[in-house]
Amino acid sequence: MKMLINVPETVVPDALRGFAAVHTDLTVDVERRVIVRRGAPYDGQVGLVSGGGSGHEPLHGGFVGRGMLTAACPGEVFTSPVPDQMVRAAAAVDSGAGVLFIVKNYTGDVLNFDMAAELAEDEGVQVAKVLVNDDVAVTDSLYTAGRRGTGATLFVEKLAGAAADEGAPLDRVAAIAHQVNEVSRSFGVALSACSTPSKGGPTFDLPEGELELGVGIHGEPGRERRAMMTSGEIADVAVDAVVEDLRPDAPVLLLVNGMGATPLLELYGFAAEVHRVLAARKVAVARTLVGNYVTSLDMAGASVTICQADEELLRLWDAPVSTPALRWGC
Amino acid sequence: MNAAPEQPELPADIDADLLRRWLDTATSVIEREAARLTELDSPIGDADHGSNMRRGFLAARTAIGQEPPDTPGGVLVAVGRQLISTVGGASGPLYGTLLRRTGKALGDAPAVTAAQLRDGLKAGVEGLCQLGGAVPEDKTMVDALVPALDAFTAALDAGDGTAVALTAAARAAEEGAVATTPLRARKGRASYLGDRSIGHQDPGATSAALLLTALADTAREASSS
Repeated sequence: MKMLINVPETVVPDALRGFAAVHTDLTVDVERRVIVRRGAPYDGQVGLVSGGGSGHEPLHGGFVGRGMLTAACPGEVFTSPVPDQMVRAAAAVDSGAGVLFIVKNYTGDVLNFDMAAELAEDEGVQVAKVLVNDDVAVTDSLYTAGRRGTGATLFVEKLAGAAADEGAPLDRVAAIAHQVNEVSRSFGVALSACSTPSKGGPTFDLPEGELELGVGIHGEPGRERRAMMTSGEIADVAVDAVVEDLRPDAPVLLLVNGMGATPLLELYGFAAEVHRVLAARKVAVARTLVGNYVTSLDMAGASVTICQADEELLRLWDAPVSTPALRWGC
Repeated sequence: MNAAPEQPELPADIDADLLRRWLDTATSVIEREAARLTELDSPIGDADHGSNMRRGFLAARTAIGQEPPDTPGGVLVAVGRQLISTVGGASGPLYGTLLRRTGKALGDAPAVTAAQLRDGLKAGVEGLCQLGGAVPEDKTMVDALVPALDAFTAALDAGDGTAVALTAAARAAEEGAVATTPLRARKGRASYLGDRSIGHQDPGATSAALLLTALADTAREASSS
């Protein structure tokens, strides 16, 4: 497996050095692995801190900036960051108005953010947490670590970030984050396995001619394997899964997300099919975002996330955002 | 009437020096086995357990080498803190909590007996189970640690010395790790595979067995020297 890296051990700091060189409106601490919006803390504003394993870029560092995250903590590839990073990030963004931790539901992320919240509170930072768990592919969540946090993370970060930018207090920002998670659902498919630098090859075996339905963002298998399907057939399965679980009764925000190795040509074709199935299901789409936002290294495939919007969520979605990966209205 | 069997008084032979040598051995073993741990983690996890543990133990060995604690409890607390600060994932907080709780239970005694270490480990495993919420047969490191504690206790009750009792514990941990193979994972990332997690040995249970084997090996070397 050929990779554009130096050595596997320095993949994350090497990427952060590049991030620092390119995005000069952010403060990037390469050694301590914290990315902070320059100028933070902002007087009276709630700080938004997220983080998780690297390999999902642009999540989360690419979403630091005006109208979204105040700081991000990248862990090793597919490994949650450590509490030290989160505590440092919280201290860097706390204006006294408190900090919201946005945590994807994986055992490692949950444990490390829990430890960090305790430590930050010891240092006088008021911390609220939201757990993102939108993946409907995890069907027997009572017997697992629960539903995974995937594409809805982008919606939570954008919408709660807009509220924080408007000066909403911590309990309100946290309430919006919880609401967005409650009304968001995702489903992903993999057409190929991803390869981690430390392993140097595919992390699972997905034969040519097969696809994995309900895959997670680390390549964790989902509901089943089937013979390769067309874009339209995949859209039928993915959209049915999210709509049956959420049963939206208002227009939705839609994310058609690439897993890293699927070109936009294919993603837009897939988006057309997703729109077709949603229309057939009488689900109106208010806004659509298409692109690689919550990726799994070099995995081919896509995920569909819907978020049932109300007037306020739509307004927060349209609010200005200026980050490396998401930018509009300013 | 039978009198209770007389328990031989075991010497307090586990000191900071022994645990520092354990850390050296454990770090070498983790380095040597990192690729295998990552390999075990790739079908059911996300192929990083070996590299994460290697990073944590190398950092712990460096930190303890720079500022060596002078009590066994101090060594374990320091190693645990380093693991929390460097490993990430679930292994960092879980191993970190196991070692910190064990170390705290040992207090600041300059040396402890095997029975005291067993009580400390019991407190550590309890802390670990509380944090991770795992019970035996969830296909986690608990499946190595709980049988190890039982074997350790049984050996001490039978009057075995530190090295022999730790060897029994390490063997039970290894058997516990192998016995995770047919289990269906209910915790961690492997749980998402459901039935497809069956047939793979748990990487966390495997690393727990490696760490206990390193401890038994260190204790045997100490007792034979």
